[in-house]
Amino acid sequence: MTAYALDPQVAIRPEPFGALAYHYGNRRLTFLRDPALVAVVRDLERHDSVDEALAASGVEAARWPSFRQALATLADSGILHVR
Amino acid sequence: MSASQLTDQLKQGLDAPICLTWEVTYGCNLACIHCLSSSGRRDPRELSTAEAMAVIDELRELQVFYVNIGGGEPTIRPDFFELVDYAVANGVGVKFSTNGTTMTPERARRLAGTDYLDVQISIDGATAATNDAVRGEGSFAAARRAMDHLADAAFGPFKISVVITRHNVAQLDAFEAMAADYGAQLRLTRLRPSGRGADTWDALHPTSEQQVQLYRWLVDRPGVLTGDSFFHLSALGESLPGLNLCGAGRVVCLIDPIGDVYACPFVLHDDFRAGSVRDAGGFAHVWRRSDLFLSLRQPTSAGACASCGSFDACQGGCMAAKFFTGLPLDGPDPECVRGYGELALAGVAAGSAPAPGPGHSVPVSLTRRH
Repeated sequence: MTAYALDPQVAIRPEPFGALAYHYGNRRLTFLRDPALVAVVRDLERHDSVDEALAASGVEAARWPSFRQALATLADSGILHVR
Repeated sequence: MSASQLTDQLKQGLDAPICLTWEVTYGCNLACIHCLSSSGRRDPRELSTAEAMAVIDELRELQVFYVNIGGGEPTIRPDFFELVDYAVANGVGVKFSTNGTTMTPERARRLAGTDYLDVQISIDGATAATNDAVRGEGSFAAARRAMDHLADAAFGPFKISVVITRHNVAQLDAFEAMAADYGAQLRLTRLRPSGRGADTWDALHPTSEQQVQLYRWLVDRPGVLTGDSFFHLSALGESLPGLNLCGAGRVVCLIDPIGDVYACPFVLHDDFRAGSVRDAGGFAHVWRRSDLFLSLRQPTSAGACASCGSFDACQGGCMAAKFFTGLPLDGPDPECVRGYGELALAGVAAGSAPAPGPGHSVPVSLTRRH
């Protein structure tokens, strides 16, 4: 079971479209284009797996695959790290 | 959310800028002939150290992740390092541009030891002859010395920042090799007819053939940084990496040395002055409530470009480039790759383009003699 945490070098700034995430280490700016995704990202640390975080978020199950994909992309760019 | 929906959102503005340029002084020991801020002399009204720190406090509260510090030559401010350290300590990363003349081995080591700090050395030719014709005698050697100091101090990948002109397009490969030699990142930006550039743009801006050459070179090198400044070239084919829109007052703005807030670094002119960080409500109020910025976030008309099939790609180009060449803001960019800019420029009456705003090439007088 994959579990993620927000990298400690990342700051998240809420915006009308979702949020901006900035990684102070690699200087990458990422657009989180969905408020529900932002809520999941902020909440990841409190859950033992991605699925548990998604279940707790209230995101409908049909959208889970796209959320899993988005989280994997964020992990690739260093915003999240696997724990 | 699709990419175009994101673009639409960005056009409506953000709660705080993504990319904020802060010119901390109009003082400069060089006098580049294309200087966008006509820098030279310090302005007696420049923000004090305490005022500058208050700006940093505000940027921290707004979660502005980093600030692009420039000038003038920012390092000639005696409190420059104090301000950099204060910003970094407050989670506001610093990217600063310098001509390199003040770099010493000791300063390079100090910079290398600071987290969240990026340095850009400006150089506008791959040879001394090309560079010094624009930036002044000896400036090429000074910039190279600064790069050597940063490399010796193991600073890591600093940036080499080049304004593209008619005379250095042929040196793109040489700039790339220079960056590779230093383990540096190459950054190319567009020449604007702003500041002293208003007087030199005609002679310095790339020809249309050179623009095509530059575009092809950039398409092959997505790793070369451009600050999104060549989005008008996207009308030539596939989009270049970046947001591909004019961010002025939407995602970008400028704080000038006396605290005035402008829509972008290239429009230092009263028409694009939104307010001052010294006003009640500070920077946040200017960003969120100023009439100018709110109007820049309204939907814009494509104007004369409406019937052009490339408008979605180039968005009509750069507001500053149009403004200072006397073109209407809702028409083609003067360097429109379809050639509409040249046609439009031919219709601009001599002397009718707006004069660039507050120049600091000459001393500023605070008192007026009658």
